[in-house]
Amino acid sequence: MKLKKELKTFPKGGVHPADNKLSANRPIEELPLPQTVAIPVSQHLGAPAKPIVAVGDTVKVGQVIAESGGYVSTNIHATASGIVAKIEDVMDATGYRRLAVIINVEGDNWLENIDRTPDIKSEINASQEEIIKKVQADGIVGLGGATFPLHVKLTPPKGKKAEMLLINGVECEPFLTADHRLMLEKGQEILVGIRIVMRALDVEKTLIGIEANKLDAIEYLRTLTEGDVGIHVIPLKVQYPQGAEKQLVEALTSHQVPIGGLPIDVGIVVQNIGTIFAVYESIQKNKPLVDRVITVTGKKLINPSNFLVRFGVPTIDLIKAAGGLPQDTGKIISGGPMMGKALNTSDVPVTKGTSGILVLSKNEAKREEVLPCIRCARCVSHCPLGLEPYLLMSLVEKGMIDEAEKEIITNCCECGSCAYVCPAKRPLLDYIRLGKSIIMQRNREANQKAVQEARK
Amino acid sequence: MNSTILFTILSLSSLGVLSGIILFFIAKKFHVEEDPRIDDVEGVLPGANCGGCGYPGCRKFAEVCVQSKELEGLFCPVGGNNCMTDVAKILGIEVIEKAAMTAVVRCNGSYQNRPRTNVYDGTTWCKIVHNLYSGETGCSYGCMGLGDCVKSCKFDAIYISEETGLPVIDQDKCVACGACVKACPRKLIELRLKGKANRRIFVACSNPEKGGLARKVCKAACIGCGKCVKVCPFDAIEMKGPLAYIDFNKCKLCRKCVLECPTGAIHEINFPPKKSKPQPDPSGVAEKIENKDSSA
Repeated sequence: MKLKKELKTFPKGGVHPADNKLSANRPIEELPLPQTVAIPVSQHLGAPAKPIVAVGDTVKVGQVIAESGGYVSTNIHATASGIVAKIEDVMDATGYRRLAVIINVEGDNWLENIDRTPDIKSEINASQEEIIKKVQADGIVGLGGATFPLHVKLTPPKGKKAEMLLINGVECEPFLTADHRLMLEKGQEILVGIRIVMRALDVEKTLIGIEANKLDAIEYLRTLTEGDVGIHVIPLKVQYPQGAEKQLVEALTSHQVPIGGLPIDVGIVVQNIGTIFAVYESIQKNKPLVDRVITVTGKKLINPSNFLVRFGVPTIDLIKAAGGLPQDTGKIISGGPMMGKALNTSDVPVTKGTSGILVLSKNEAKREEVLPCIRCARCVSHCPLGLEPYLLMSLVEKGMIDEAEKEIITNCCECGSCAYVCPAKRPLLDYIRLGKSIIMQRNREANQKAVQEARK
Repeated sequence: MNSTILFTILSLSSLGVLSGIILFFIAKKFHVEEDPRIDDVEGVLPGANCGGCGYPGCRKFAEVCVQSKELEGLFCPVGGNNCMTDVAKILGIEVIEKAAMTAVVRCNGSYQNRPRTNVYDGTTWCKIVHNLYSGETGCSYGCMGLGDCVKSCKFDAIYISEETGLPVIDQDKCVACGACVKACPRKLIELRLKGKANRRIFVACSNPEKGGLARKVCKAACIGCGKCVKVCPFDAIEMKGPLAYIDFNKCKLCRKCVLECPTGAIHEINFPPKKSKPQPDPSGVAEKIENKDSSA
């Protein structure tokens, strides 16, 4: 297949890390269940869910075990059948202990009303409201990584109307291939899912953005959407961080999301491929979000693979299934190499936000000596958001948080391009993240104060 | 030749005299009246500009002292009572004395007590590590040993011990300015009374998790058993969740809790080596200490 020479991309910044899509040709395999699963009740952005099962209860797959704790929150479902053994704090991918429901697995009994046949149901009967209610009940969140509850995204704020749906099939993180495989193997289901989301948002037009390193997926989805007036597949130039929401919007539509705003401000909603597939399963098959495709990869792994994994399975099980932990492992990363987070134990359960498990060797994970900034401004020219990372870092280092806020530190999407290109190996993103978290903490405290005063 | 030199000297010195006269009149005209006591007060202050008093520098503190009618709420932790007595003398107002304070680290997760479960090799800044994850050990509340407190101390009173990996506070150098208290992202450092003969007792653990979990990750954790609360004859210890806290205003340093604590989470500083037997009648001890109090 031949593509146009000039492919679309975002206009400013970005980097080109080596692709390393080792598992691109490995079909999705289902992982056998372990003896126990630990399902954290906070797998999404927003308020944690509240457990509604007690120790000793028998649960089936798909049963709600924790109810949503607010509007920006979702239900959590049992991902394995068996007996609730414990409800206690478990180390999760953030490195802190969070509440989790631990289930001793017995058999694999699903709730009876879940359709587990592989038949494709393309007729959509649900209405707009039904769809939004159903995805909330089924615990569906954005599976791109931010895990923002889907029902909130499908309900635009008052006075704003979505005009276009963008589907994120970019997968710009090196190593990861989960979305790629999903597009190849579940293309028809994904198209049905797209139509469901289009109905929920009441939009007529959808663009699917796929990077040009996934030609087979572009070709396959193009043949499926041939003759369709509403859905178009757009190949994009390979460039990191194209999968970031704001960059994707600009690459596909040339609209710029305002500072501090969301894509909905320019009439756009962005959804990830994985999310779309989860929507299809929820609406057409009545299956809540209990599993997802996760890439387990690394140069030293024997079998880099794509697994369909239930949430709550310990990370080490995935690595064992991919050939076991190599001898000289330096780091295990949850997510991709650019934005992922190193885990501090391999027992961390996989959650809705886990898109990949990357095993790096000691040599790959080695840190280099941090040298003083030489003012080459490479970080400035590679920042996709037009920020000045070197300045933000030194402001945060000196504790000048107000000045950093004036330099719009909060607009940083934490893609890590600045730290990637820095010739002095400065940990720019570490400091920017710290600055952002201080500002967020301050805003939260100010909000709480305002609420308390309003009550008086 | 000679005339040139003469001319230069004359013109320059006349210029100097002229500017001098102009500046003299300007200085008279725009003279700012400043309370001379501010300079005097600043003179007796230590001049460390540490901000421990809550004001930006010694000059500002001196201004505030002069403006206010009494010294309530104004205290220089570096100079201590002697310095404040001098300030009060200059201003002719009454001095309010405060007991000397010092910083203590409420964590005893040394390498021996708290095994490392992973290795961190990133930026050596406690704040960043705290923002990232729980740290190199299983305890997500304890000291990370990267020395934000050491960097914040202007008096060179803290260093990280190589043996334990924990900060050690030099009580002779510590002036209780509170900079390290603010610098610690996990709020492990507390200002406590320096105590009689520099003796102090405190709970060296800040892990608010349940006993079992806390003990699992650290041998010296406070497990919230509450034994110290029961044994304390002065009601100085209270449980804050599963974590004991000793109120330094009530504690009479009887050391009963130290002997009782099953994990050794309660620390005593500068006491003579422990006697083999616990102390006799608690009421007698209490009376004695109270008597001493009144005499001091």
